[in-house]
Amino acid sequence: MKKPVLKIGALVAVLLLLTGTLGGVFAQDGETVTILYWQAVSNMNPYLSGGTKEIDAASLVLEPLARYDETATMIPWLAVEIPTVENGGISEDLMSITWKLKEGLLWSDGTPVTSADAVFTWTYCTTEETGCAQVANWTDVTNVEAVDDLTVKVSFGVPKPFPYGPFVGSTSPLIQKAQFEACVGVAAQGCTEQNFGPIGTGPYVVEEFRANDVVTYTANPNYREEGKPFFQRVILKGGGDAESAARAVLETGEADYAWNLQVLPQVLASMEAAGIGTIMNVTSSAVERIHINQTNPDPALGDARSVWAEDGSNAHPFLTNPAVYQALSMAIDRQVIAEQVYGPGGVPTCNLVAQPPIYASSANDSCLQQDMEGAKALLDEAGIVDTDGDGVRELNGVPLRILYQTSTNAVRQANQALVKQWWDELGVETELRNIDAGVFFGGDPASPDTYGKFYADVEMFTNTFDGTDPESYMAQQQCSEVSGPDNNWLGNNVSRWCNAAYDELFAQLSQTVGLEARAEIVKQLNDMYVQGGGIIPLINRADVSARANSLEGVRMNAWDAELWNIADWTRAQ
Amino acid sequence: MGQYLLRRVLIAIPTLLVISFVIFAILDLSPSDPVGNLPLTIPAEVREKIRETLGANDPFLVKYVKWLNQFLISEPLNVIEKITGTKFPGSEERLRYLSWQTRSPIIDLILERLPQTLWVVGTAYMFAIIIAIPIGVISAYKPYSIFDQVGTFLAMIGFSVPTFFTGLIFIIIFSVNLKWFPSIYDTTHRVTDIESFWVQMRQIFMPVAVLTLFFTAQLSRFTRSAMLDNLNQDYIRTARSKGLSERRVVIRHALRNSLIPVVTLVALGIPQIFQGALITEQIFRVNGLGQLLITAVQGGDLPMVQALTFIFAVLIVVFNVIADILYALVDPRIAYH
Repeated sequence: MKKPVLKIGALVAVLLLLTGTLGGVFAQDGETVTILYWQAVSNMNPYLSGGTKEIDAASLVLEPLARYDETATMIPWLAVEIPTVENGGISEDLMSITWKLKEGLLWSDGTPVTSADAVFTWTYCTTEETGCAQVANWTDVTNVEAVDDLTVKVSFGVPKPFPYGPFVGSTSPLIQKAQFEACVGVAAQGCTEQNFGPIGTGPYVVEEFRANDVVTYTANPNYREEGKPFFQRVILKGGGDAESAARAVLETGEADYAWNLQVLPQVLASMEAAGIGTIMNVTSSAVERIHINQTNPDPALGDARSVWAEDGSNAHPFLTNPAVYQALSMAIDRQVIAEQVYGPGGVPTCNLVAQPPIYASSANDSCLQQDMEGAKALLDEAGIVDTDGDGVRELNGVPLRILYQTSTNAVRQANQALVKQWWDELGVETELRNIDAGVFFGGDPASPDTYGKFYADVEMFTNTFDGTDPESYMAQQQCSEVSGPDNNWLGNNVSRWCNAAYDELFAQLSQTVGLEARAEIVKQLNDMYVQGGGIIPLINRADVSARANSLEGVRMNAWDAELWNIADWTRAQ
Repeated sequence: MGQYLLRRVLIAIPTLLVISFVIFAILDLSPSDPVGNLPLTIPAEVREKIRETLGANDPFLVKYVKWLNQFLISEPLNVIEKITGTKFPGSEERLRYLSWQTRSPIIDLILERLPQTLWVVGTAYMFAIIIAIPIGVISAYKPYSIFDQVGTFLAMIGFSVPTFFTGLIFIIIFSVNLKWFPSIYDTTHRVTDIESFWVQMRQIFMPVAVLTLFFTAQLSRFTRSAMLDNLNQDYIRTARSKGLSERRVVIRHALRNSLIPVVTLVALGIPQIFQGALITEQIFRVNGLGQLLITAVQGGDLPMVQALTFIFAVLIVVFNVIADILYALVDPRIAYH
């Protein structure tokens, strides 16, 4: 009986050798580019699914009138030029903007692109029952009309100093009227064929879409630029995890591009040493920050827990004290967090608005250096000292004990552990907690664990804004946005930070024209918020991706879809 | 036998209904949110609107009845239509049972995922049976021999080393260093000729090897102990004293009797094949049913999780019945009343 087993074993060994050696190394050819998105793409319609992965996947097919390039400069895409007040594209009263489409544009099915498609796109997204995820781009839009076949006029109900919401950037592309006409409103969800294979103007068309798995694209025969795209096929493969995606590009060479590599910096560096791929990063506007709860989250309060009261009666027992929040910020060594936890994925910041550079304030930069002694001295001077010898400081008899929550994610937990160490050293006892991201960022008003409910003293997450204008982002810190039971805990102001002077200055922002003047106000708002203890900013996050060394022409972009210029990608000879 | 079968099936129906309710209720109470993973740049009111259009805010009973109707009536009809190409009346108005994450019919997604799961997990299971039973028999026939020691050692490794670790080791050896096998499974690959079959073999090699190791460990230990029990029985001694050949004694007498518990184990393990191998699929990007379930759980896609969990429950109940029937085939002494 032993012999056949041996024979089978030998046979298997030989077969193994054969299969292995005959196949040779993985082919990298000039026909196909393979991209890994470890979070798989669920849908190809960016209006229905607001996720970054869906927006990126759709950006190969669907295009807006104007895009942002990698320097955050707006460039015309399907439009002839960027409308401004100077060239007459924006009306003097700032109530409308008029776009002109390039001539001769064709959809991938060969039919012409007209202004009717733009009008339709607006109707599609703003019909309430569609459930459009990008409806915020159309805020204050009262009408979109086709002036002629190639001219689109967008009218606003209020003067818009920054009217580049509609049709600009990857979250607001044109969709084809003929294809989606029957998919407006309730019908939108059921239009699987359309949602999985939108017809677009971009360099590629969807050949096959497998939800949550792989998208296969082929070159668009009607693409407007002669000789582009270089690659005839694109394979966008999903699944797995970030680390194995990095390995497939940097070590095995099976793929050409891997997206969003949230991997420990040391691991990435050792993979890059194999020499076949390169790690790329671009700083985005995303800021990892610790929100400071201005209200009292004490469980003993019952329903009044973490509920903001206008008269300040439910204020946090110690976190609203300037000495406390300043000391907490000073005790943190942001350089260490950036180096050990984020690597290419982030740089220290002391601001709510860290990018684009024109909006970044320099008034808070002292936080870039850790000052533990200074922090201790600050608390000592304010009389916040350890009176009972348990190693924890007290303010008016209340010990400085903090519950610090965030979403479950290896990077965030490493970050939490570092901060806890510093705060414990400062004499502030810190308890850590992490919650599944789906629950933490979920909107279930019944769940005690959402970031909006904020049943903790401090919480950490990343927030950012679309495109380059931070107006909607600055709006989130207004008193009217305070999260609480009256808005089902869905208010954007999760810190419950309220300052009348901020609200006043913000109102001014929404009427100010001109980049410099706007940037000045944004900086002031930023300083009020950060210095007023709304948040402790930590890291200005960067997007990290990897590409094969043979792949050329990649210009990574944090202001638009990451794959925005795929038509220009080529393979080195 | 016929009556017994009928009784089993009739009992299975209320069992499944109860299971369906429990699954639905538990998942519905979970705090996961289909829009929880969207970027924070999407405002809260918009999220609320999306939740509404998905039907996530409907009352519990409305959702449950809708679900039962779609799951037990509409979707089976759709599947039959799809397979046979015929059309039943009203097929146009029939609402499809949609996934929240992809906005596409769940049944279509499951059918799309089935091939790769069957390829990988099915092949691994088959190999495991082919390898494990002989190993178990030989180990038991010569207990504590070198073969048995090696077999025990390997089985312990298979048992105790998790698949995410063996998978990683395999990738580092065979993909990174030797560059023999791809670490990324291409689900769009079609087997049409010898050459494409070869490509398919290469791409399933690593996930199949990892899973085979895992399944073999379980099965071979089980076969070994069942065989050991039987080899010491009186009837084996009788068979030998009758002058039967060792081969006949081991295979016809001992093995056949030992197979009774093994067959049960194998049959009850088959639903596992359909569940896919959650971790192994993820490591090699096989993107079969296991990965479908994981992404659905992460994305708060309740309809998908409910559908998959319920289908798994059905499979488990069905294979329990099948295991009972197999008993009778392996051991004619067992009769049903």
